[in-house]
Amino acid sequence: MSDIYINIKNKTYSTSDDRQHTAISDLQLTLPENQFVCLVGPSGCGKTTLLNIIANLDTEFQGEIALGLNHNKPNIGYIFQNPRLLPWRTVRENIELALNSPQPDIIDSLLEAMQLSSIQHSYPEHLSLGMSRRIAIIRAFAINPDILLMDEPFVSLDAPTARQVRSLLIKLWQQRPHTILFVTHDLREAIALADKLVFLSASPMSVVSEVKVTIPRADRDNEEKIESFRQQLLTQHPEIKQLL
Amino acid sequence: MSVSNKILPTLSFILLIALWQGLAVFINDNTLPTPIVVLTVFWQEIQSGQLPHHLGITLLRLIASFSIAMLLGCAIGIALGRNQKLDAFFDNWLVIFLNTPALVTIILCYVWFGLIESAAILAVVINKLPNVIVTIREGTKALDRDLLEMARCYHFSKKKTFLHVIWPQLHPFVMAATRSGLALIWKIILVVELLGRSDGMGYQLHLFFQLFDVASILAYTAAFIAVIQAIEVLILKPLDKKALRWKR
Repeated sequence: MSDIYINIKNKTYSTSDDRQHTAISDLQLTLPENQFVCLVGPSGCGKTTLLNIIANLDTEFQGEIALGLNHNKPNIGYIFQNPRLLPWRTVRENIELALNSPQPDIIDSLLEAMQLSSIQHSYPEHLSLGMSRRIAIIRAFAINPDILLMDEPFVSLDAPTARQVRSLLIKLWQQRPHTILFVTHDLREAIALADKLVFLSASPMSVVSEVKVTIPRADRDNEEKIESFRQQLLTQHPEIKQLL
Repeated sequence: MSVSNKILPTLSFILLIALWQGLAVFINDNTLPTPIVVLTVFWQEIQSGQLPHHLGITLLRLIASFSIAMLLGCAIGIALGRNQKLDAFFDNWLVIFLNTPALVTIILCYVWFGLIESAAILAVVINKLPNVIVTIREGTKALDRDLLEMARCYHFSKKKTFLHVIWPQLHPFVMAATRSGLALIWKIILVVELLGRSDGMGYQLHLFFQLFDVASILAYTAAFIAVIQAIEVLILKPLDKKALRWKR
């Protein structure tokens, strides 16, 4: 596994009145190996489209995605904006189905890490949204992904739950490093999580600036440090203000 | 379920029987026998083996034509629901078959293939098939795209996708097709038997009609309704309960 290169020259889609709308134009991005990269941009700018292209769910675009893998069936963990669990299968079955071979030990340890062992035989409809999101995270981690895509996975979670799930995510990622591409429009969340921030402009989407987050991992739950980094960022890069 | 909810259906059933009894006593004619007379005939017919024999034959025809119609209908319905072009191409056919009167198909099958068992089954299948196809096609069109994308992203095999993602979503549509199908097939099978078979419920009812034997007609009808209820309570309801246990 090495760095991931994304080069999308053009991505259009037709609107309901048969006009062509350009969603992404001339977007180049490098995701360094095993880094946590946050994509920040206004809502509706095409971030989900970009993730779908990387996940090979959307193939109608011009350009190329080089995942830097030596096998052609990449293991991509995708945590969608909605958990997308199968409501007619139990929590454990939902995770098992994503795996090619039975790996009970991995599932057990992930369920324990996310504090969900007790509800593993429940059906998703009986669970809260926060629990469902954590199950979606477990499912993505269980396949031991080469790359993990996360599409605003903590939206509509209350602040304490989001904080808890965020720290669990970082813990899991540090245990098994892989490249993460995390989409959000919450700058504070992005600073708390990322090694690198990528700011994107709205339609057509392209990269406005890339910023390294220099706060040490140990200080990431210190809200003052996050806030001062944010202020400093906004003064140094006035162009990103309009993207938030 | 509360106690009154359990008692109410029983009460209403007793009321229906009482009304029947009252009306029959009031009219006092052979064309409307009392429930007790019907029950007696029912018992005699069972003991003579006539009713079980003819009911059994009709049930066999039902199982055969129902299974063929459901299997074919599900396969074609899923194919049409998944493929827009195929759907557009065959839509006219469906409309034609949906609107062909059952009697026409039955007569044509007998004329073309003779008064044989397979012609009878085929006639029933042709009548039922378009309904199943349309129901399953609509169910397939309504499949959750998000879940299908998830299955693709996590490399679900075709079998896994069908068993765990598609089939559970089609379940309510399959059950709807099953219930409406059983009701429809029952009715058509009787006509099929009346027109071209020498056994089965339809044949027997035709015989009783010629003899003006209303008590036997009602006794056979009661057996009929009892079997349909048994299928609902013993097979369909438990299936539903098992398949829908995940619902809140």
